[in-house]
Amino acid sequence: MMESLEALVSRMASVLPAIDVSLVPNEAPGGPSSLRVAPQDGRRAAEFFKSDPGLRLDYLSNLTGVDWPDRVTKQKVKSKRLVDGVEKEVEETLETRTPGFLEVVYHLYSIELKHGPLIFRMRTADRMAGVHLPSMTPVWRGAEFQEREVFDLYGVRFDSHPDLRRLLMWETFEDHPMRKDYVEPNDYEYEPTAHDEVLAKIKERDSSGVSGTA
Amino acid sequence: MLGTGLIKGMAETARNFVGSFLEEDRLTTVEYPEERIPAKEAARSFPFLVFDGDDAEKGLRCVACQICEKECPPQCIFILKDTAKKPDFVGKMQFQPKVFDIDVSVCMSCQICVEVCPFEAIKMDVDFELSRFDRFEGLLIHKDELSKPNSYFRKIHPTDAAAVDANLAAEKAKAEAKAVADAAAKAKAASAAAAGLAAPAKPAAAAPPPPPTPADPILKSASSSTAGPGLAETGSGKTHAPAHGS
Amino acid sequence: MSSSNLQLEAPLDPAFKVERRTATGRGDLLEVSMGPQHPSTHGVFRMDVVLDGERVTKLKPVFGYLHRNHEKIAENTTYLGSMPYTDRLDYFCSLTNNWAYALTVEKLAGLQPPERAEYIRVITAEFTRLQNHVCLIGFLLQDMGASGTPLMYAFREREAILDLFESLTGARMMCNYMRFGGCRVDLPSGWLDQASKVVDRFPRFLDEFDRLISGNEILAARTQGVGVLPRELAVSASVTGPVLRASGVNYDIRKVDKYGIYDRFSFRVPLGDHGDVYDRYMVRVLEMHESLAILKSALRDIPPGPIMDPKAKLRSFKPKAGEAYGRIESAKGELGFYVISDGSANPYRYRVRPPSLINLTVLEDMCVGHTVADAVIILGSIDIVLGEVDR
Repeated sequence: MMESLEALVSRMASVLPAIDVSLVPNEAPGGPSSLRVAPQDGRRAAEFFKSDPGLRLDYLSNLTGVDWPDRVTKQKVKSKRLVDGVEKEVEETLETRTPGFLEVVYHLYSIELKHGPLIFRMRTADRMAGVHLPSMTPVWRGAEFQEREVFDLYGVRFDSHPDLRRLLMWETFEDHPMRKDYVEPNDYEYEPTAHDEVLAKIKERDSSGVSGTA
Repeated sequence: MLGTGLIKGMAETARNFVGSFLEEDRLTTVEYPEERIPAKEAARSFPFLVFDGDDAEKGLRCVACQICEKECPPQCIFILKDTAKKPDFVGKMQFQPKVFDIDVSVCMSCQICVEVCPFEAIKMDVDFELSRFDRFEGLLIHKDELSKPNSYFRKIHPTDAAAVDANLAAEKAKAEAKAVADAAAKAKAASAAAAGLAAPAKPAAAAPPPPPTPADPILKSASSSTAGPGLAETGSGKTHAPAHGS
Repeated sequence: MSSSNLQLEAPLDPAFKVERRTATGRGDLLEVSMGPQHPSTHGVFRMDVVLDGERVTKLKPVFGYLHRNHEKIAENTTYLGSMPYTDRLDYFCSLTNNWAYALTVEKLAGLQPPERAEYIRVITAEFTRLQNHVCLIGFLLQDMGASGTPLMYAFREREAILDLFESLTGARMMCNYMRFGGCRVDLPSGWLDQASKVVDRFPRFLDEFDRLISGNEILAARTQGVGVLPRELAVSASVTGPVLRASGVNYDIRKVDKYGIYDRFSFRVPLGDHGDVYDRYMVRVLEMHESLAILKSALRDIPPGPIMDPKAKLRSFKPKAGEAYGRIESAKGELGFYVISDGSANPYRYRVRPPSLINLTVLEDMCVGHTVADAVIILGSIDIVLGEVDR
């Protein structure tokens, strides 16, 4: 069996100098927790996972992206303030904006030692310009198509990927459809179907206010 | 020797060719449409609506609760509720669908609508020859065409239909017994009230029936007014819960 | 497709740069776009192939002709609502797709299917493996030019298994049978006897097939030494399933993870020695024998009892926030589902790890240096289904 993630984090800190790695808990009853690695340390960590004799994670099973858009959390704060010379308690709504990011999750197994999974994840700086992550294709060849897919659907740019092109969408397509804020373009050429009428009727009924009553 | 593998293979082909005339399991094709394989009992094609009795309007089990519409993955069901109510098989007043359309051009026969229906109202058909001349209106199947009698359901899925019928009969018996008990309680309370005029009326009979508390919010809206004739829901406050609930 | 002086106006793909002269200087290279309507590409798969004479010098697969963004659809529907869509990933193996998805959501929500349901899952999954491998062998031989006969024999056997699926689930291919925490309906009466009959009859087909084709000299000449996948490359490129085991790597998720109740069955994992097309063919034939062994003991031992976890619910199913990755050994390789829940009725992130797509990573490595006709059978031996590749 593999060592615990806590032990692994402390061992990584001792073996790899100045590495930025932390534990991400997972609340699901069946799922293991994961490690978060800073992008600049990604390749070092990956090579360590692959070559360390206790781990030998030679098989990259799954690589995928997750989109975490900007979050706005509202918090009501009560404070005392002087209003017109009288001290009053004022309730204010504070908006905290957490900037979003794209995350790439890697599931590693070891075919040699038959253990796993070790899950690690990396986050991009933001969702606009800083969407660069190191490519894992030089470490595990199996990342090649999966990174192309994440690039295609999420727009994460994998530096030093040998052939970073779109995988599923066509070359001239511009947006990244799996992002949460993706808006479908309305200029598709398509064959109308009977189902469009059904959807239109549902919309009309729901917008008329009375749910489902003629 | 080079070529023996080939000759062996040829012998196998010959065996299969001759065998197809002699053994039944070597020839599995039938000449459709002249010959047909009978449908399997579990087979499913597209959904249909079940009605009891002879009248498709009166006996329709669907109460337009729209659960199937919400759960349908490709959203192929469209329902409009009628404003008028009609009694269902136990005599409780229920809504009914004014419009019930299934768009079989996108229906993928997953039968999730059948699984989520608490009223045993929608079931899977076995008829697969549905080619139409018009792919817009033709593939949008309306309520009158969807409604099929319970006898048809019994014919195509006998085991399933028997279980459903037994369930519904048990429910009906329970509801009837309860109605009788309620009527008796009412009569008793009335006579007691008549006997002791001075005494304040017993709240058990006078109080309005408590609202039903089904487990499911959607169900609640469908059966929120349950003041059917002869079915005052007093006492335990337990509603007529469908056998096949959540 | 011999070498010619045909000049293409522009390369087929902007990133696809080709030197016009071969190393030997014998003639121009020829770019061929094979697919998406080519009958040998198992669907709408396209390969941009660069040929020097009849030899492949470069090969780039092009995907997306069947892309429908299955993952986005699943993120916009309920957990249960994606179950029928998983049937349509690898449409030969809808029951294993169901199982992989159900397994993942069960991990996420902490559900435990009862024993009978686990047995039913193993039985249906092994039948799925049988019929997938039968078809694959038929198609592979069809690609090699053995038109019709082996494929028809294969389909005849598959028919018996599809009849079983139909009488259990109601559909032959789009079964939509498993639910989170169990299975949808119990086995109908007489099903187990019928299934035992199919299992008992199957070895006759395998023996016949063996006599029909395995000793065939043409098959040996076409497949042995063709499309060799070295062991190290197979592991590094995340190749899974029979393709990995044909390269001699002993990795079967049924043995490694022991998901479901696979620890109760004894079966062997067939391994190849050379990693060529012939080994991939033979590994599948041997796997069918092992599947039959599993089926025999499962059909004998299946206990009576409930088929659903009592905690499971069909509607308003909302697992707590968290993430889970579940994987099974499907007929094509490791089929994984990765689901992140945020506590709502729809999954926040839903990902399918498609074995067919990832096994194609090494297609170019296997094909370069072989002829176009060999590229066709190398592709056939990987066993792809475009519904899963493009999702």
